[in-house]
Amino acid sequence: MPTKAAFVRKDMLAPQEPPVSERGAIKWARENLFSGPLNTFLTIVGVLAVFLIVKSALPWLLNGVWNANSMAECREIVAARHGEGATGACWAMVRERWHQYLFGFYPQELFWRPTMAFGLMFVALAPVLYFGNRTINMRMTAVAGVLTILALAGVSASFPQTIAGSEAGGLALLAAVIVFAGLTAVAWMAPRRLLILTLLYPAIGFYLLWGGSIWGPVGALAGFAILAVVYNLTKAQLGVVVATGAGVVVAAIWWLVVQSHVTGALHSILPLGTAHVDSDEFGGFLLAFVIGVTAIAASLPMGILLALGRRSDMPLIKALSVGFIEFIRGVPLITMLFTASLLLQYFLPPRSNFDLILRVIILVTFFSAAYIAEVIRGGLAALPRGQYEAADALGLDYWQAQRLIVMPQALKISIPGIVSSFIGLFKDTTLVALVGLHDPLQGVTKVVRAAIEWKGIYWEPYIFVGLIFFACCFSMSRYSMYLERKLKRDHR
Amino acid sequence: MKKSVMLGTLAASALLAGFASAGTLDDVKARGELICGSNTGLTGFGAPDANGNYQGFDVAICKALAAAVLGDANKVKYVPTTGETRFTALASGEVDLLVRNSTWTFSRDNDLKLDFVAVNYYDGQGFMVHKDLGVSSAKELDGATICIQTGTTTELNLADFFKSNNISYTPVTVADDSEAQRQYLAGACDAFTTDASGLAATRATLPDAENHIILPEIISKEPLGPVVRHGDSNWGDVVRWTYYALVAAEEKGITQANIEEVAASTNDPEVKRILGLEGDLGAMMGLDKEWGKRAIAASGNYGEIFAANIGEGTSIGLARGLNALYTQGGLQYAPPFR
Repeated sequence: MPTKAAFVRKDMLAPQEPPVSERGAIKWARENLFSGPLNTFLTIVGVLAVFLIVKSALPWLLNGVWNANSMAECREIVAARHGEGATGACWAMVRERWHQYLFGFYPQELFWRPTMAFGLMFVALAPVLYFGNRTINMRMTAVAGVLTILALAGVSASFPQTIAGSEAGGLALLAAVIVFAGLTAVAWMAPRRLLILTLLYPAIGFYLLWGGSIWGPVGALAGFAILAVVYNLTKAQLGVVVATGAGVVVAAIWWLVVQSHVTGALHSILPLGTAHVDSDEFGGFLLAFVIGVTAIAASLPMGILLALGRRSDMPLIKALSVGFIEFIRGVPLITMLFTASLLLQYFLPPRSNFDLILRVIILVTFFSAAYIAEVIRGGLAALPRGQYEAADALGLDYWQAQRLIVMPQALKISIPGIVSSFIGLFKDTTLVALVGLHDPLQGVTKVVRAAIEWKGIYWEPYIFVGLIFFACCFSMSRYSMYLERKLKRDHR
Repeated sequence: MKKSVMLGTLAASALLAGFASAGTLDDVKARGELICGSNTGLTGFGAPDANGNYQGFDVAICKALAAAVLGDANKVKYVPTTGETRFTALASGEVDLLVRNSTWTFSRDNDLKLDFVAVNYYDGQGFMVHKDLGVSSAKELDGATICIQTGTTTELNLADFFKSNNISYTPVTVADDSEAQRQYLAGACDAFTTDASGLAATRATLPDAENHIILPEIISKEPLGPVVRHGDSNWGDVVRWTYYALVAAEEKGITQANIEEVAASTNDPEVKRILGLEGDLGAMMGLDKEWGKRAIAASGNYGEIFAANIGEGTSIGLARGLNALYTQGGLQYAPPFR
């Protein structure tokens, strides 16, 4: 008996929205911010803290003054604009002294040289960081070129008394345009060719920064050429290690004994060169980059060799490596810096003018290499034994096995550690202030504060320098994450 | 065998270093450049300006010395030294002399084997307080919190002063001047103590300078002056007498502007000797006749240097006080040039 229903629903009800407390921002807040008494309390405290910080710092940041000649003037302007008692940052200091933060006391008419060296550094880095990737290489070269040219134009516009307007300024700009256009073309046609620039870059960078006779860097490069020639000639008979050793010995003889005579003679025949800049005129970020980049570039290969040496079966090599690593790691960096600046001077013959920056670079490199060696040793230890045995089974010799099988994997594992060592090293360059060098954070800031106009300025220099350091370190860290993603070959 | 070679090398280099420091004057002349250990940055006394040129009261001494020895006040390389590195830099021969606000003390002179050849600034430790505190003498600072730099002689002086007056204080340690200024302005301490010259410079740059006073007590003696290595008396004499030439020039009224005029018209035999018109004072210490004239012409006489860098006409506004000539009640006194 069919019953007759009054109403039969034929279609589904449209789903109702969840209750207010279960959707949208409220749900998110309930789940994430107020999920229990403790979290509620912490949320309130956190919001209060943020509010108080913003409340005290924001007006100070927003009231910032960019056009003034002294702290007193800054204070007057802030008081005039925002009433008595208002506080404001005095960014005018940055506007007046930015060049000292970037270049230290480098001669103003030569600012184009460090700028150019900095731009070229990125071009030289491109094939190392993104090997064989045409698009990125070209893009990086082009962007570095455009930015360098803009920076050159900016620098010469800021110091009109120096190069802008003069023919030299125009020529330098034109030369930069041609150089970077050429490099971009190379990156487009044959990105791997850029590696030649990378190999030459130490000499180019050195010459751009210090200047002097062109034959000095050429002679230094010739030493490496000699090393390569000796290595190639003797490799077949003597094996890799002895051949390298022989090459190093011959090259060292060239550098220490022969080179100065040859380059001196060449210079007297053909005196090519530009104005020499003394190391003590370096300062600010120029100094931080010179020390940081050189030490980073030199400490990685040195660290790899030390890590291999520490795992070596040869007792002498192992003992030397362990001794070096443990000694350097056992000594604070500041001690190394004091050694560089003070102690070495006692042992060097008088009037031997061994550059302080060079001494610091060498010891910072040693310091960093010891840490890198341990990081890489961690990577080596993480490789399964089977990898080594497989390399042996394939009949590879020691160096082939390291180059083709062990190192690529070990380095990949060590990337985060290596990059954090480098970031730490770059930030540690500010410690050179302790030996009287003008690092950006303390050295230049102290100089700026010693001027009566800027005496008493406190946060502004730290914020300015901190932001630049953050940009550099953050890029390094992002690059390491990119590299890890790119090299990821497993599915863990 | 290896060891003896190494020791031999060390001994040889020590010996060579000894030879080098035996003749700093010859070294400087051979190098054609004076290496002057200076401050990393101290308002009015020595710091690079916006263009990177070193300026200041101490720097002027280096310039005068370079002018006297090398004939060019610009042939100076300034090596910035910190409080920690300064004396070692001098002892190891990295710099020819220090002109860097260093206090002449017994132990530095004897234990560190240094020679303080003159005193170019008589300083002393003072206190700055907020006017509202209602204090007019440092002896009323019982129970006060005091901002003080760590690791300096000022810290020890402060302890001595309060102990001898039987009053107590709470130290707030700070790393440098700018931090001290910040803490003091934020009210973290009632008083700020450092050398009186530093206090004056700090006070001059405070936003409300009129609300702060520097108390009359000076609780320590801080004779600051150029320092050279022990055992190189000739070089020490050159530095000392170059400095005294500047002091004597003030006494005799020789200025940077009128030096030529004075040289042409003077009848004072001592002035003639200083300017090299008579006698041969320069040769006695290995310089030429006109050393004194060049030293004075470099940045003016002592009074002019004082006035241009830290004097009452500048924003730092230091009074001459103890640094006035002895004829005006100060301590600056040049022995006779004879």
